[in-house]
Amino acid sequence: MSLNYMPAGTVYGVLLNFADEYAAMAAQMTQAPYKAQPLAPVLFVKTANTWSANDTAIAVPRHVLQVEVGATIAMVIGPRSLADKPAAATPDVLSYVLMNDLSLPHASFFRPPVKFKCLDGFLGVGSLLVGAQQAGDPALFKLQVRINGDLRQTLDFSHLRRSAAQLLADVSAFMTLRQGDVLMLGCGAGRPLAQAGDHIEISAPGLPAFGTLANTLGEAP
Amino acid sequence: MKHARIAFAGALHNAVERHGQLLLQDGRLVAQDAVVWLPPLAPTPRPRTILALGLNYADHAKELAFKAPEEPLVFVKGENTLIGHRAFTMRPADVEFMHYECELTVVVGKTAHRVRRDDAYDFVGGYTVANDYAIRDYLENWYRPNLRVKNRDTCTPIGPWLVDAADVPDPMRLGLQTTVNGKLTQSGNTRDMIFDVPFLIEYFSSFMTLQPGDLILTGTPDGVVDCRPGDVVVTEIEGIGSLHNTIEQGQA
Repeated sequence: MSLNYMPAGTVYGVLLNFADEYAAMAAQMTQAPYKAQPLAPVLFVKTANTWSANDTAIAVPRHVLQVEVGATIAMVIGPRSLADKPAAATPDVLSYVLMNDLSLPHASFFRPPVKFKCLDGFLGVGSLLVGAQQAGDPALFKLQVRINGDLRQTLDFSHLRRSAAQLLADVSAFMTLRQGDVLMLGCGAGRPLAQAGDHIEISAPGLPAFGTLANTLGEAP
Repeated sequence: MKHARIAFAGALHNAVERHGQLLLQDGRLVAQDAVVWLPPLAPTPRPRTILALGLNYADHAKELAFKAPEEPLVFVKGENTLIGHRAFTMRPADVEFMHYECELTVVVGKTAHRVRRDDAYDFVGGYTVANDYAIRDYLENWYRPNLRVKNRDTCTPIGPWLVDAADVPDPMRLGLQTTVNGKLTQSGNTRDMIFDVPFLIEYFSSFMTLQPGDLILTGTPDGVVDCRPGDVVVTEIEGIGSLHNTIEQGQA
């Protein structure tokens, strides 16, 4: 466990990795502009300007009425042991951490979501790393999202389309995740909306080691 | 001044161009073919943001059968993709169409937040050349261009030089060209960009703060062709540099 964690590498997120989120899009997948179901994991990057520490305020631009809350747990990639396995093999997960992948709501997933997801401060980062052994099986992870104290979403990571291990393997098949890189497991359907002034808390019931990731949305100066 | 980062004689060095050779900080002058070239980028305290434009030249947009975009089409790359001058890029064994993209690359020089177009050049540290390879077999219409196309290891050669912004009086009037095994396959000019450098800095910094060392790859003009293992691909921008890369056979 280490305090005040901030990523040391690139933070990747994944779309459509929860069963309910995928089901909600299924009817559109064969229509334009998508024309087919996704084959590879649908990834995006949360650039370093988005990272917000736990217990800090996140500024919402004035023209933005609502922000989508993307509660998730992320895998932090560990060192690669060349002695154990070939260089191309899937890396190990060193630890897990809570994240709040904020977005401006967007209905189309055709183009990369930079202007929806890479706004300054738009990734809440949990301060506590939980070691892979202590965290246990990621399929048993659950999350609760509270806004101003009200329970607004519950996430059950047994409903991932690609398990944590599968996601890691499928991403590693075409790019190297390096030590310190981060891969989020995805967010479910029905992500709650929040606005300036709201206090968002994400916690993992049964796994107190994750602590609570809390951020308050504030108005931009 | 033209800056490079190289490995030579068992150590990493910052170097500058001097009479066609590399001048190391300790005063040694070495030949360009005697060193290993790294991306010409100083390390950053946090992972650098690498923004890349798609369809930013009207002719290329037409070539790919798209109408010119009304706002920048931008995607993000990880640092795993970067390699230096004279390095090797892997072509997966099972693909039909892998092409280069010669791109003027802006290296941010100072923290940029809500920069106005008229001030934008003050925030440019320098320019370099990137070759933003794409493997079109892997294109999917989800967050397109998707990372399997654009975020592969070794698929973004960059360099050889970081050229100080002060030495590039008009970055919006530079010839670009690519040769494959010596044959000219791509030719264009940065004046034909749809969204020019000042626009891009204003646009990005309106919602995301850019830090020194962040990169903006500004897109590529018409003329992309398939590249095969063994092909030598040279992407060149007038006054910025000539970036050499060789395609190597990779795994499926």
